Amino acid sequence: METISKSVKKKDHESKVSGRALYVDDHIMDDMLYGRLLHSVKAKARLVNIILPELSEGYFIVDKNDVTGLNRVHIVLDDTPVYAEDTVEYIGEPILMVVGPNFKEVERILNEIVVVYEEQDPLLDMRKSDTAFFNYNYEKGDIEKALQEADRVFIETFQTGYQEQAYIETQGMIAYPHDGRMTVRGSMQCPYYVLGAVSKALGYNDQDVQIIQDVTGGGFGGKEAFPSILACQIAVAAKKANKPVKVIFDRREDMEFTSKRHPSISTYKVAIKDNEITGMDIDVIFNSGAYTTLSSVVLQRGLICASGAYRIDNLRVAGRAVKTNTVPCGAYRGFGAPQTFFAVEMVMDHVAKEMGLDSLELKEKYMVKQGDATSTSGEYHFHVPLPEMIQQINELTDYRAKRKLYKNQTGRYRKGIGMSMFFHGCGFTGSGERDHIKAVAKLRKNADDTVDILASNTDMGQGLKTTFCKIVADTLGILYDQVSYNNPDTDRVPDSGPTVASRSVMIVGELLKRAAERLKQEWKTGEEQVSEEHFVEPDFVIPFSIEEFKGDAYPTYSWSVNAIEVEVDTLTATTKILGAWGIFDVGVPIDTNIILGQMQGGFLQGIGYASMEQMDYNDQGRIRNNSLSDYSIPTAVDVPNLVTKIMNNPYTHGPYGAKGAGELPLVGAAPAYVEAMENALGVNLTKAPFTTEDTMKALLGVLK
Amino acid sequence: MTKFMLNGQDVRSILKANERLLDVLRNEFGISGVKCGCKEGECGACSVILDGRLVNSCMVAVGSIEGSTVITIEGYRETERFAVLDKAYASVSAVQCGFCIPGMVLASECILIKNPNPTEADIRDGISGNLCRCTGYNAIVKAIGIAAKEGEGLW
Repeated sequence: METISKSVKKKDHESKVSGRALYVDDHIMDDMLYGRLLHSVKAKARLVNIILPELSEGYFIVDKNDVTGLNRVHIVLDDTPVYAEDTVEYIGEPILMVVGPNFKEVERILNEIVVVYEEQDPLLDMRKSDTAFFNYNYEKGDIEKALQEADRVFIETFQTGYQEQAYIETQGMIAYPHDGRMTVRGSMQCPYYVLGAVSKALGYNDQDVQIIQDVTGGGFGGKEAFPSILACQIAVAAKKANKPVKVIFDRREDMEFTSKRHPSISTYKVAIKDNEITGMDIDVIFNSGAYTTLSSVVLQRGLICASGAYRIDNLRVAGRAVKTNTVPCGAYRGFGAPQTFFAVEMVMDHVAKEMGLDSLELKEKYMVKQGDATSTSGEYHFHVPLPEMIQQINELTDYRAKRKLYKNQTGRYRKGIGMSMFFHGCGFTGSGERDHIKAVAKLRKNADDTVDILASNTDMGQGLKTTFCKIVADTLGILYDQVSYNNPDTDRVPDSGPTVASRSVMIVGELLKRAAERLKQEWKTGEEQVSEEHFVEPDFVIPFSIEEFKGDAYPTYSWSVNAIEVEVDTLTATTKILGAWGIFDVGVPIDTNIILGQMQGGFLQGIGYASMEQMDYNDQGRIRNNSLSDYSIPTAVDVPNLVTKIMNNPYTHGPYGAKGAGELPLVGAAPAYVEAMENALGVNLTKAPFTTEDTMKALLGVLK
Repeated sequence: MTKFMLNGQDVRSILKANERLLDVLRNEFGISGVKCGCKEGECGACSVILDGRLVNSCMVAVGSIEGSTVITIEGYRETERFAVLDKAYASVSAVQCGFCIPGMVLASECILIKNPNPTEADIRDGISGNLCRCTGYNAIVKAIGIAAKEGEGLW
């Protein structure tokens, strides 16, 4: 183990374990008002009239007419209204906010408001949508020729559902005006995203807006773009009230109306000639919901991963993120990759069956290695450790023997085991880091020789305060306790980019390392000093062109192999997870405990996505699974045997050899789990999550 | 009015009897270590120890606890047992976002008070009403096991 990997006490441990850490809902300001949003109850309608009850003194309504800047939330595009204008496009769309000093009175007023809607037919089925917000295609080799010359073309369609981030702290923020400026503080991943959105909605200059991240109770992508929307709504209210306004979402509001993982439908045509895979023609649809939010970038990552960890020389990938009258989807750990990795892993399983092979044999034959071309004709520049990972998983689980053993079972209890292999591209897709983010990070040395890290990345539990401080302290050769990293405040810190895309340690951590190296050389005891670094793209990267969808989509990749073993009770259709094993290469861990925590937490979220986290809307477009009672996430008893191992595979351009970590462990759980279910049930399966109800339906066929 | 003992002190709530204990603790007594995650008894973030039992304070009407004893993280963190749990949680970095942690620590206490030498299955069962979305639970389970060993005699 590298010295840096040795675990230390986390910087935020003490305040959190003792209950002293203050989250946004724990802050109470003088004269603070409470706000609650009125959400549309129709999926598509024109707003005809809004009838308000009499408002007691000190209570008021905030809506589109109060937006002093542009009534649009700046995300990637500017199409999400801050408050609805003449129409509503999904159930949950915010129409107005009721604000006042007493929360219960605010709720009473909210419940008495009557909205008169002129209903229109909502479009709910993504397959029927003719509005593609985003549309990308790319090709390599000659797919038409491969399809024409194939002995057979294997065609199959796969579906994945919503996944809700289910951070335990719901969305929440406080905005307060002062000295002609506006401050917004709260639970968020990306302070500078919020700043850009709020200044546009208020019509302020950027320097008149201040964003402060409070201790954040989990994000997982759900606090990437959504806080920009909420911040605009609250800032508009605070400006009108000229007082602080706090909004904390309740759980049902959060689950039903905030962004979640895009549901997908992917169709694969696999050309087979002489028992070889000669090409793949892939069509992907993501349900974007009513507005674009982050769908363009989520779709890009999904499409780049569509051929999985396999060398497919003749490839065509086409994808659309389409509009429906449903809640806008957004970022969630994995960011488009879990959907397509599920599909490609399952199609490889099924093609293998067609060929009379076990899926692992087929996958091993096409698995990429260093020097191979990526799907977008970039290159895997570094070692690909999949073979060692497969070997290690096999040793841990006796995988190959069990696969054979579990064929053709009868009896009430049937076991199955499945495996997945996958990667996560580290950092922003394509040229994002170079052209859009342009990260800047700083170190400030104080006269007492302590050092403050100045960056805009947020610790939402993933341990960034600790890992950043370790990198800086170790590089400077000073004590861990001499370095601190406070929650970002845009008045104080430069824009080192958002806390997304498994980029913080690899990209910003590397900037901090370089800043620390320079500071070390210039170090003057007892003096104040500053060291600043700017992002530079590594020179080995083949530049990515989004127009051609070509080049290195990522500088490097994190790798993983998962195996999951199940036992199905064919009488009750319930499934017990006997074991879940994951081997993860995230480069050199900056802190072993933190990385293990990320891998275990992400893997379990992935198993939830695979097996139990079912969310859907009804024929009115209303999400029914809007509570933790109706949308179950894994508890401590669901996967007692969850094993994670780290494989050290240093990355030359990351700090101490680290690369992206946070998202990887979620990406491959679903195909491993569903393949295990196939192994147990003896049928081909094509959807995730694969729930108890799905098992029951499958058993009707199996047992007849 | 409801009288009860909160973290070792006699207190009286002047709120209505049907108010949630969660809201009473947070809004009337400024106890911010009790977190609100769902208000429907599913997540365990608002766990407190009520007369020696772990309960979701969002599911308890304050009028029903006349004469009872309530312990939140604010009271518990002053104890020797907390110090052992604190150290154990730190040693395996079991705290990530931290929102479930006050409830989780109180759940740990309730596991160990009932059974000072719990098996892994006992521990998992004992925290199964406290949702954590960050850790996958392994580190928390490990921490409680470490505390059981290190805190010999305390529970």
